[in-house]
Amino acid sequence: MSRHRTTFTVNGQTQCVEIEARRTLAETLRENCGLTGTHVGCEHGVCGACTVLVDDAPMRSCLIFGVQVDGAAIRTIEGLAAADGTLNALQQAFQDHHGLQCGFCTPGFLMLATWMLERPQKITEASLREVMSSNLCRCTGYQGILDAVRAAARRLGRWDDAGAISTPA
Amino acid sequence: MNWVGRSLRRFEDPALLRGEGRFTADTTSGALVVRFLRSPIANGRIVSLRPPAEMPPGAVFVSATEMAGTATIKPMLHRFAYRAVEQPVLPGDRVHFVGQAIAAIAAATAELAEDLVEAIEVEYEVEPAVVGLDAALLPDAAPVHGAAPGNVAVEGVLRSPDCETVFAAAPHVVELAILSRRQNATPMEARAGCAQYDRATGRIRLTASVQMPHMLRTGIAELLGMAESDLQVVAPDVGGGFGQKMALFPEYAVLVWLARRHRGAFAWIEDRNENLIASAHSRDQRHVLRGAFDADGTLLGLEAEILANVGAFSAYPTTCGVEPLMAFAEYPGPYKVQAYSARARGVLTHTCPMAPYRGVSRPVITFGLERLMDQAAKAIGIDPVAIRRRNLVDSFPYQTATGLTLDDASYVETLDDAVALLDIPAFRARQAAARTEGRFIGLGLAVFNERTGYGTPAFAARGMGIVPGYEVVDIAMTPGGEIELRIGASPHGQGLRTTLAQIVADRLGVSPDVIRVIHGDTDRTPYGWGSFASRATVISGGACRTAADKLAVRLRAAAATVLQAKAEEITLRDGQAVAASGSSVALAALAKQVHQRSDLFDDFNLAETAAYDPGGTFSNACHAAIVEVDAETGLVRIERYLVVEDAGRIINPLIADGQVRGGVAQGIANALFEEIVYAEDGNILTGTLADYTPPTCAEIPTIEIHHRETISPATLTGAKGLGEGGSIGAPAAIANAISDALAPFGIEITEIPATPPRIRALIRAAEAAR
Repeated sequence: MSRHRTTFTVNGQTQCVEIEARRTLAETLRENCGLTGTHVGCEHGVCGACTVLVDDAPMRSCLIFGVQVDGAAIRTIEGLAAADGTLNALQQAFQDHHGLQCGFCTPGFLMLATWMLERPQKITEASLREVMSSNLCRCTGYQGILDAVRAAARRLGRWDDAGAISTPA
Repeated sequence: MNWVGRSLRRFEDPALLRGEGRFTADTTSGALVVRFLRSPIANGRIVSLRPPAEMPPGAVFVSATEMAGTATIKPMLHRFAYRAVEQPVLPGDRVHFVGQAIAAIAAATAELAEDLVEAIEVEYEVEPAVVGLDAALLPDAAPVHGAAPGNVAVEGVLRSPDCETVFAAAPHVVELAILSRRQNATPMEARAGCAQYDRATGRIRLTASVQMPHMLRTGIAELLGMAESDLQVVAPDVGGGFGQKMALFPEYAVLVWLARRHRGAFAWIEDRNENLIASAHSRDQRHVLRGAFDADGTLLGLEAEILANVGAFSAYPTTCGVEPLMAFAEYPGPYKVQAYSARARGVLTHTCPMAPYRGVSRPVITFGLERLMDQAAKAIGIDPVAIRRRNLVDSFPYQTATGLTLDDASYVETLDDAVALLDIPAFRARQAAARTEGRFIGLGLAVFNERTGYGTPAFAARGMGIVPGYEVVDIAMTPGGEIELRIGASPHGQGLRTTLAQIVADRLGVSPDVIRVIHGDTDRTPYGWGSFASRATVISGGACRTAADKLAVRLRAAAATVLQAKAEEITLRDGQAVAASGSSVALAALAKQVHQRSDLFDDFNLAETAAYDPGGTFSNACHAAIVEVDAETGLVRIERYLVVEDAGRIINPLIADGQVRGGVAQGIANALFEEIVYAEDGNILTGTLADYTPPTCAEIPTIEIHHRETISPATLTGAKGLGEGGSIGAPAAIANAISDALAPFGIEITEIPATPPRIRALIRAAEAAR
């Protein structure tokens, strides 16, 4: 099967890869770029563990082919912390609120929440549950994840209290 | 400084949050990619099987022929009329379930391996499949295995002599048939393994996403007839397990065989479809339960007929007895009942084999028993709370009808706490008002106990050929003053590195951050049984505590030499050894001296080993759910979910609550959402997560947790296990709440998951009967 030269950036670094047309973006990131922080949980677009940001929009990297992101700017979990490893506000909130157990789904939730924190609309209780219900976690029962995103949003001034339906203590 | 009891942030988290964790799929660089050919039929003969006509250089094909001489997987029970069923690593002549691995291809890329699997030439002769319990138990049913005519692989029978008399004389006998449909534990990381041959030593390292690395090493070495020392099994970061990753799966044996034969590296990363159809399933039990009650609601006798569809083979090492026999031994739960009769059968079918899943049979027996309590309360005309309070064990220790000893617990107290928190009178008023508006809300309770932290005696009682149970911990202080704990337990998301460090920190007077917990590597840890059955904190934690105390003796002796004091007058605190006189030495400095100037000391060893093999304890909890059922659509919305739990001493509340919440979410999934569905021919209709429908945060509500801490003398740390409890109570609480909500229709939920179509069918039938 023929290979295609594809160029894009990941976390600001240019990547130039030769890939088969059928290779997914998730495989491209993991196998060709060596970025194994993006996890593949189902390969059919349901679990969301492989969520990355493509030109700042969350996408399931198992559902798009590597060749489709030619020219795009990709962001993955490896780009969240500072160069010295210091966790960013969202990552730190996940640790503080026990938003992860086994950590396998965590990359997808972090990238989805990153998108929510960066978009113009502030986060409300309703939008939080709606958007976060895109992804599956099997360990936490979700509460730690939601608590973490709430805390990070408050800290970053991205929480809309007016939209709050219920806020657990 | 007390570290136990604090919500210490997990040591595991930073790497995982940076995407720097190391899961099995992250360790496969340079390995050939292995893909399996899986049976598309449930039962039949393999007429012919040939490798692809064209194999590219470097690609490898393996089937039963190539692996000739490999032993079969044959776990044993020496009790309960167990019929030993043998599972070939790769079958040569017959297939027994859809998804069974038949052959494998290894190639340079996943794409190429998948192409080659499709090119394998295979021909089957299809035979009728036995899929459900009823079909398997028909008198003329074809046996799934010749070794088990009648398809019953295991049978436990207990007849309490006074049961018949009790039932004959009882004012009320309540009978109930329940069905808990088949589930898949669905860890977010599916199974994965990478076997790498090391040419320098001739050894193989199998990196795999597993819960029991030591047992896996023993099992594979036996299957392949290789020296166990030549195999290292590493469980790196493991993306959840929930029981599914305990078993010795054929795929791992194939990987090690390939690495050995071809002196290379071979990796298999399971996809989700494979995991859903061919890893291991769970639940799929049908019980008929009868309770004899006195006029005041006292439970006088209990009878249980337990059927478990155990699939086509018996999981190693637990065997297919694990589900039916647990239900058999533990059905009476937290209730005082001495007249108990039960029969439990594990039934073979042409379906994916069963393995333990969080709670094992307890979610099902709690569903049965707690539904029985509600139905009995209704039949007798007393309150659901009153009937439970009347029957719960309230003085300890209590000897159950099956010979288990219930240690100190808080069955009545957790129920009372929940009742107080719920304000039931106010709820009943709200429920009545809602009904006048055509809205149906209901409240359900579930009280249960959970046997946790049990060592070898419990497994030996089952007659297991392989008896798991103890844990060993090696502890050592490095010359730099850090403490290394090498444990046989094998965490996969529970945060054990943090919890165990807290236990040890208190015993040695050090900060947890100088403690390194080393796990999941058979080369670097003592033999142990891994993490399952809510055991690691209790058993490995108990061994850690003893190991730390033994190391403390050595540290005090060494400090006595340095401080010229008596060892028994030295205390360890704040990272120092402090003499009664007030003079002190830092433990790090002491460790360096002991290692580097051993000539000054009587003994130069700062290492110890400890083992722990407890008889077990019982955690307990009361769960409560308030739900609203949309009678038009059958959809259930959970309005409130409450847990009052008692797992003894809580080492880390943050982690404990996380375990409870995660368990409840899986229990809610069991109650409302998840089901593996087989067609009549044995094909699976739920092969994607879009069909299997694990719940998201839109379905799982906020879960309130309240604690009690009954400190048990049955464990060294006072901690009881709590990994499984959440999943045990939820199906019963939800089913009771739905039944309460739909009481105006006379509906009783006896089948889970209670999906909208099932609830609508019940409502339609109730309306038609009016």
